[in-house]
Amino acid sequence: MIELTIDVDDRRIIQATQTGLPLTPCPYHTIAEQLGLSADEVMGRLQRMLESGIIRRIGAVPNHYALGFKMNGMTVWDVPDEQVDDLGQGVGQLDFVSHCYCRPRHLPQWPYNLFAMVHARTQSQVEEQIQQIAELLGDFNRGHRTLYSTRILKKTGLRIGK
Amino acid sequence: MAPEDLSALQEILLNDFQKDFPLSPTPYADIASRLGVTEAEVLDALRELNEAEIISRIGPVFRPHRIGTSTLVAMAVPKERLEDVANYISGLPEVNHNYEREHRFNLWFVVTATTEVHLQAVLTEIEKKTGIAVMSLPMLESYHIDLGFDLKFNNQ
Repeated sequence: MIELTIDVDDRRIIQATQTGLPLTPCPYHTIAEQLGLSADEVMGRLQRMLESGIIRRIGAVPNHYALGFKMNGMTVWDVPDEQVDDLGQGVGQLDFVSHCYCRPRHLPQWPYNLFAMVHARTQSQVEEQIQQIAELLGDFNRGHRTLYSTRILKKTGLRIGK
Repeated sequence: MAPEDLSALQEILLNDFQKDFPLSPTPYADIASRLGVTEAEVLDALRELNEAEIISRIGPVFRPHRIGTSTLVAMAVPKERLEDVANYISGLPEVNHNYEREHRFNLWFVVTATTEVHLQAVLTEIEKKTGIAVMSLPMLESYHIDLGFDLKFNNQ
């Protein structure tokens, strides 16, 4: 069984790295010094959190918007509850889908239970992507909408407080 | 800095290093030796990307729900109140994403808290402050493991 708990030092490492690693030749040493830990301890704990899934990945976090991916569509689909897991797995594997989740419906005003975020450089690319998802869902698709974002009002990485 | 101004090295750093950043004493030097460039070139390229806000950071991406709890919230805000309500929501420390979207539910944001109790308290407070109902849509299942995103530099 993979250990999913984090202790005080893990939490301090998360707080020290969540806004990014320093761009210095030995970034883990820099973090270690700030925290009064050894660099081996910092790297070891990051490795453990990576293995247990607390950290999904370590790397560059591109700003898709600045890179020209200005079209961000939240596509929402109403599919049968019995099929949502199978269908979600398929949609989640499409390379233009950045997030794919099952969420509860709120009837009657919100019948959609499958969410997929798509990103592209142009509106017509987004429409092509929606078409691909629709084809994958086939007759299980009982209705869908795409909610384009008209404004990013706030966007920060996941933060945990002190 | 526009996307077309990126150097070949920067494109590689952006596209190929969204995961597996080395957990070693000298990660930038390790990347440099793999790419056949110098450590200074890698650091300079990354600093430039950072300053131009082409990357928001280099570092760990944490999996939501592992260090707290969160939910996606939608609100149907009357047009004339949208600016005020949106500013209020963005100002909350528990909110890390806030988008205006084209729909009757026109404000969509993510609320994150360390406990479920705190999360519910934030939602209750938002309803009290704004007088507008919130629709909370917590993630029930995730079907995508975020291992980065193909930026398709060769296929624009």
